[in-house]
Amino acid sequence: MKVIIVGCGKVGATIAEQLVEEGHDIAVIDMNNEVIQDITNSIDVLGVVGNGASYSIQKEAGIEEADLLIAVTGSDEQNLLCCLFAKKVGNCSTIARVRNPLYSHEIGYIKDELGLSMVINPEFAAATEIARLLRFPSADKIDTFAKGRVEILKFVVHEGSVLEGYSLMEIGRKLNSGILFCAVERKDEVVIPRGDFVIQGNDVVSIVASPKDAKTFFEKIGVETHQVKDALIVGGGTIAYYLAEQLLSMGIHVKIIEKDTERCEVLSELLPEAVIIHGDATNHDILMEEGIENAEAFVSLTGLDEGNVFLSLYAQSCSKAKIVTKINRISFEDVVAKFQLGSLIYPKHITAEYIIRYVRAMQNSVGSNVETMYRLIGNKVEALEFRIREESVVVGKPIMELKLKKNILVACINHKGKIIRPNGQTKIHVGDTVIIVTTQQGLRDINDIVE
Amino acid sequence: MNYSIIRYIIGWVLVLEAIFMLMPCLVALIYQEKSGVAFITTAAICAVIGLLMIGKKPKNKNYYAREGFVIVSLSWIVMGLFGALPFVLSGEIPSYVDALFEIVSGFTTTGASILNDVEALSHACLFWRSFSHWIGGMGVFVFLLIVLPLTGGSNMHLMRAESPGPSVGKLVPKVRETAKILYLIYIVMTIIEMIILLVGGMPVFDAITLSFGTAGTGGFGIKNSSIADYSVFCQAVITVFMILFGVNFNFYYYLLGKNKGNAFKMEEVRWYFIIILASIGLITFNIRGQFESLPMAFHHAAFQVGSVITTTGYATSDFNLWPQMSKTILVLIMFIGACAGSTGGGIKVSRILIMFKTIGQEIKTLIHPRSVHTMKLDDKAVDKSVVRGVGAFLMTYAVIFCASLLLITLDGKDLVTNFTAVTATINNIGPGLMDVGPTGNFAGFSVLSKCVFIFNMLAGRLELYPVLLLFTPAVWRKN
Repeated sequence: MKVIIVGCGKVGATIAEQLVEEGHDIAVIDMNNEVIQDITNSIDVLGVVGNGASYSIQKEAGIEEADLLIAVTGSDEQNLLCCLFAKKVGNCSTIARVRNPLYSHEIGYIKDELGLSMVINPEFAAATEIARLLRFPSADKIDTFAKGRVEILKFVVHEGSVLEGYSLMEIGRKLNSGILFCAVERKDEVVIPRGDFVIQGNDVVSIVASPKDAKTFFEKIGVETHQVKDALIVGGGTIAYYLAEQLLSMGIHVKIIEKDTERCEVLSELLPEAVIIHGDATNHDILMEEGIENAEAFVSLTGLDEGNVFLSLYAQSCSKAKIVTKINRISFEDVVAKFQLGSLIYPKHITAEYIIRYVRAMQNSVGSNVETMYRLIGNKVEALEFRIREESVVVGKPIMELKLKKNILVACINHKGKIIRPNGQTKIHVGDTVIIVTTQQGLRDINDIVE
Repeated sequence: MNYSIIRYIIGWVLVLEAIFMLMPCLVALIYQEKSGVAFITTAAICAVIGLLMIGKKPKNKNYYAREGFVIVSLSWIVMGLFGALPFVLSGEIPSYVDALFEIVSGFTTTGASILNDVEALSHACLFWRSFSHWIGGMGVFVFLLIVLPLTGGSNMHLMRAESPGPSVGKLVPKVRETAKILYLIYIVMTIIEMIILLVGGMPVFDAITLSFGTAGTGGFGIKNSSIADYSVFCQAVITVFMILFGVNFNFYYYLLGKNKGNAFKMEEVRWYFIIILASIGLITFNIRGQFESLPMAFHHAAFQVGSVITTTGYATSDFNLWPQMSKTILVLIMFIGACAGSTGGGIKVSRILIMFKTIGQEIKTLIHPRSVHTMKLDDKAVDKSVVRGVGAFLMTYAVIFCASLLLITLDGKDLVTNFTAVTATINNIGPGLMDVGPTGNFAGFSVLSKCVFIFNMLAGRLELYPVLLLFTPAVWRKN
């Protein structure tokens, strides 16, 4: 597919890199010559310097043949303008990043009027992700499939857990719950486990389950499953606002600590139910005063990554709260991951992931039939949801008779709205969606899973 | 410095060279010549060494600008070192330095020769000389990027180090697609020229080799008289194609694609043609007395201007005997050279344009000291770093030029010979004036001078810096 990306900041670059890897033709537009120089030096894209909202610049980047334009510049208005022009000139699909809360309330109208295919609000997306985690604090990461009917949850098996020392077969027999272990990370290695795999302490485990089964499972292994009762948020930016809004609607008490007086006033006006504290959270007296020791959730959302990491480390040391840390800049991921801070939120990754998911879905009509795609555990494991549209080699045969490639797990089948955990006898039918977990990259079609 | 990727890619270059060398083997087979043995031996050597080098894949496939430069310049040297072997093995050019000079002159599309009697060479050797022009013209790496599945690394670094011009852009998002488009245009144009020459009554072998020489803007003839003995029609065809191969290839891409307007926006191409027409006009006027008719004077003027500005170096008549003004114009356009992104050498029209614009800006700044100017080329602002790069390029060029000139004076030749010899090699043209004029050659120089010329040719083809980088210790450090 031919894709034009306007705006080459972190998000633009991440998307470009990912899409090039997937074999698309990418043109990047940015006003800054240096940025374009850098990106054309490191990845195989066509760079165009100029204002992406200009017709001639878009034409130079090849808008006439493009299938998709993604506008992710810093300015909402420019993004919308880019998409508007692109739609007129190139008749392509358009995706715009719009982050101003003012627009986000009218997003449906804007989307329809301008003919946008997708609008992404990184702050809102990040807030949604955090809210989901606070609803189910035992998991570090939750991804949903089949319109929320299936989830993949990632959690750490703590030392002394009931799972420790048992093989997956034994666990299945003992707990008799409808969950499936789909990936385990031990130190730097990732495996798709078989029945005889023995769980050890500190393994990072991903399971596939329906939300209900997941809940039962966690209850059986003695892990808290109820949503948190209160949340302490540090930093009162846009994400904090969206998050507070969502948490309040879920009935969670919200306390926001913010340094800036004016911002505090704005927040208290917007969020009358939340407790807004004016103060510097890096001062630990304030944190103590606001009861960090007893908080059930601690979310650090300040503008400073280093600050967030330290706040979370502190929270970890003095409380049992579920900790969520926002990190903006993407470098040093592995180092941060070593701190075991629980859930890490990368708003830019989330944005890029949303857009890439859309691009993959767009390809469906071109031949591939991936519905959803998540990356678990770094980029080592992919979970893909395929829709079976027509008869193929995998349809109608029991799974045990299919010659599956190595490291492929058929994790779940959604048959007419019913979630089936497949065994060797299960058959795939036309119209099903199938969730595949694999360490192989770049599966495009359900037929790719067989030899 | 990622040494293993350098080894790996140079290995591929050697394998590629081995494959290229099968072509002269074929020619030797057709003409039943013994020199074929020399080619097949060298091809085997290249293939074995190359395969050994690519046997172990590099662990880290990432490389950066400096590796790119080093890979490209080392590869060109390695290609020359091995490409010279067949001449020595077959005994047709007994001295290795001479053979090296000849093949480097071929790959860099210079066309300067140390041979007193070209016609004495076997067909296979003649073909290899001309074929090396064709390979070197568009570039080895542009070709390698098509066939070699290099993932991870930044292929742009290779393309940038090899492609001529102040800045390199891509035509389409993928480097590989861009390379394919360039080679497609190159191949199609070469074949068209061959066909027209054949129609014009040229023998098949001559048509093929001369087309290779024209396409790469090389200039190796297969006759002692270069192109002088062919029909006026064939000469005219070669004139037109020489000039066409000196045009920036982006021009053709735009012309064939949807954005035809872009083609005519290219200032560089416009000025290229203006310079050609003006030079032809002046020279025709100047030499009209030496030829039987004005059209013939025009014909020879056009051929010579086309041959020199594109840095091809074919000759139809001995311009060494032309009046001073004509000779001077020819020497001047030797420096200008062809367009960036073409197969030609020289300083490049775009650099000259930027240079003149810099002069214009400087004058304006003197008049209005506080005025602010943005330089534009093709209606687009030229980045300051590009302008600075052009300035630095010209300085470096002058330094290398002077140093080379000084070194070769040891041979005791006259100034005109020395000056034009350096000009002809660093600009990849071929013939100069006096001793190295169209009827002369470089055989009379000492070994040292020949080495200086070999360096000049390589430096000129790769636009100085990649070759200079090899002599910078910092490049070779591990980190």
